[in-house]
Amino acid sequence: MDLEYGPEYQDFTKEVQSFCEKYEGLSFTDGSNNPLGSSGGSGGPKMSRSEWQKTLIENGYFARSVPKEYGGYGGEADILKSRIIAAEFSKSNTPGPMGGQGIDMLVPTLLEMGTKEQKEAYIKPTLHGEMIWCQGYSEPNAGSDLASLQTKGELVGDEWVINGQKIWTSTAQYSQMCFCLVRTEPDAPKHAGISYLLIPMDTPGIEIRPLVDMTLKAGFNEVFFTDVKIPRDNIVGKRGEGWAVANATLGHERGSLAPPDATMNRVNMLMHLMKEETLDGKPLIEHPIYRDRLMQIQGKVLAQQSHALRLLSAKLNPGTDVKIGKMIQKLTGTELRHELEGLAIDVMGEIGTLYEDSPHLKNDGTWQFIYMYFLGLIIGGGTSQIQKNIIAERGLGMPKEPKVEGA
Amino acid sequence: MYFGLSEEQSFFQDNVRKYLEEHATLDNIKHIANGDEKNLSAEIHQGLLNLGMNGLLIPEEFGGLGLDLLFAAVVSEALGGGAGPTPFIAPYVMAPIAIRHAGSVSQHENYLSKISTNEYCFGVGFSEFIGKRNDAGITFSDNVLNGRAMFVLDAYDATHLLLADEKGQIFVVDARSSNIEIVKLTTVDKTRQYSEVICKNLEAELLENSSDSTDPIIQAIDAGRIMLAADSLGASQTMIDKAVDYAKERKQFGRAIGSFQAVKHMCAEMAADLEPCYALVWHAAHCHDHSPEEARLMACHAKAHVSEMSKGIAKKATEVHGGMGFTDLLGLHYWFKRIGLNRQILGSPELIREEAYKTQV
Repeated sequence: MDLEYGPEYQDFTKEVQSFCEKYEGLSFTDGSNNPLGSSGGSGGPKMSRSEWQKTLIENGYFARSVPKEYGGYGGEADILKSRIIAAEFSKSNTPGPMGGQGIDMLVPTLLEMGTKEQKEAYIKPTLHGEMIWCQGYSEPNAGSDLASLQTKGELVGDEWVINGQKIWTSTAQYSQMCFCLVRTEPDAPKHAGISYLLIPMDTPGIEIRPLVDMTLKAGFNEVFFTDVKIPRDNIVGKRGEGWAVANATLGHERGSLAPPDATMNRVNMLMHLMKEETLDGKPLIEHPIYRDRLMQIQGKVLAQQSHALRLLSAKLNPGTDVKIGKMIQKLTGTELRHELEGLAIDVMGEIGTLYEDSPHLKNDGTWQFIYMYFLGLIIGGGTSQIQKNIIAERGLGMPKEPKVEGA
Repeated sequence: MYFGLSEEQSFFQDNVRKYLEEHATLDNIKHIANGDEKNLSAEIHQGLLNLGMNGLLIPEEFGGLGLDLLFAAVVSEALGGGAGPTPFIAPYVMAPIAIRHAGSVSQHENYLSKISTNEYCFGVGFSEFIGKRNDAGITFSDNVLNGRAMFVLDAYDATHLLLADEKGQIFVVDARSSNIEIVKLTTVDKTRQYSEVICKNLEAELLENSSDSTDPIIQAIDAGRIMLAADSLGASQTMIDKAVDYAKERKQFGRAIGSFQAVKHMCAEMAADLEPCYALVWHAAHCHDHSPEEARLMACHAKAHVSEMSKGIAKKATEVHGGMGFTDLLGLHYWFKRIGLNRQILGSPELIREEAYKTQV
């Protein structure tokens, strides 16, 4: 056990800190509302989002291991440096890089499986925040059983003609492009009939309808495709290989939904709130039952933070067996965050139910919002029940459910 | 940066595991639990001493190995995994740490060297400092102890005991004195020893540095708690392994019961609950030696959190086994009960979480 990063990383931490100081309070000239990035601060320098992305890349604080020719920094992947960058940015009032499905999922997929032309065409504008992507996976009748999807793609001449419907499509209304799973081989077995297509969102025949979720925000959309025509080369991998292409990056999404350090920040925020708020004249923290519940959650989050260190170490030291350790992250991380936000609501009682712009609202109403939002994350990206199947079948080697004929 | 066990730690743990697999077989555990094989327990204890279990935490200058607490934690995990019917936490973890922190130079010389040569074997009774039940408690005056210490660990094979009063002063007493009465307490867990100790004008030696600071006793209790967490971690893993194996083999309705989601999800939940406990226990043990500012909070949460997770696992793993899980025949209950005992000793989860909070005020 050795939890020190070493002197090279201490120097790097200082370098990142002085960068963050220089850009503290940075605000964006192209508006503070962007669903994929931090809203920015005030009192610091001003620049556009794209300029900020480029600045981060030039300094090696973003897209660190993406080759230069595709718009990245072109350095070695360094897990500890990535961790230091994330930690220092979150400590200071400096906006981090944009995220979103293009950056988090499409770029790694193209780097691994895209053609040279695709890499050249898409990676740089995506990293620069000039090309936003949405993910066209789920359909009304293909949720947990994603591979049963029915949106159809037919090759007519040199074009794919796409018909069907996608659902739960976040950020579709802001996107220039969609990476989409489409059934192109109707006669092949379920998993072998899918292709991974890249669809420009301004193609005629695409209709986007916002879907309001329980938080009362339109976080999702339904996307309808009617005779949408795209070039035949807009495919990643070969025909019928889309399932494998998609699976190459799905694991990436599952890990990053609920980082325990962020959950611990909320625990600390809740503890602070419980010292300020009073019930019958006594701070909430002085009420033993609430205090004990807070301590229970703190223990769980500490366990997840230690677990994250173990997984980090496993990345740095190949050969360490953490198979189940990785599989549990989505399940345990999202459930715990939901539980924590729910505890905050409980300790506030009636005040905990206030929402939107109500008087007496605490912490901008984030407790209720995140409580509900995380229920969405518990369901999305593979429900908790699907996660348990994965842990049991792939992690513990338990037998699968017998297949139903024709499914 | 490396977060995990060293090769030496894994190797030592494997040795303890293998020894227990061979010698603490389920049959042997049953004999020990039923009290019909008095020597078996002593043989297993001796076998583990031959591996060097007693000297792990004793500094090299006193004949020990001078290792850190993580090393002891992986041993404790192996003992929990094998339901090892042998003293460990009191004589070889809490006692050395208490003496190291509370003892004077001459007390170090006298006691630590004799633990490493096996001349002395300590039981430990610190329960009244943690939480005094009813009329328990000992008082010290004129160099003698009077009163009762409850829930003393590993007292009946001990040559000496460490007892503490409510203020956290630690005393060495002779376990074979005629002024001491050691009453065996029968708990659900028959793989470990638990006693009540009654002192009547019992001659006692104060560990010198424990009179002006509670730091020594807290160090020893924290270490003991991390050991109990590690023991429950090992016991829980054994219960999960047994449940998963059983669910793969047992057939009902023409299929392995593990193919039913109701059963498979219980197994996945157990694995998801336990997996982060490894990191928590290792991290807590590491902080105990290397990061004093985090050590208290980590030790408290390790014990409380692992106790909660293990309680759920003990129940679910038993349920996965159906009726067989409930029988004495299968012996799964030895682990269920070990987890049950670990949860209560040196502070139950509610008491410990209150301590965890107080460390942050």
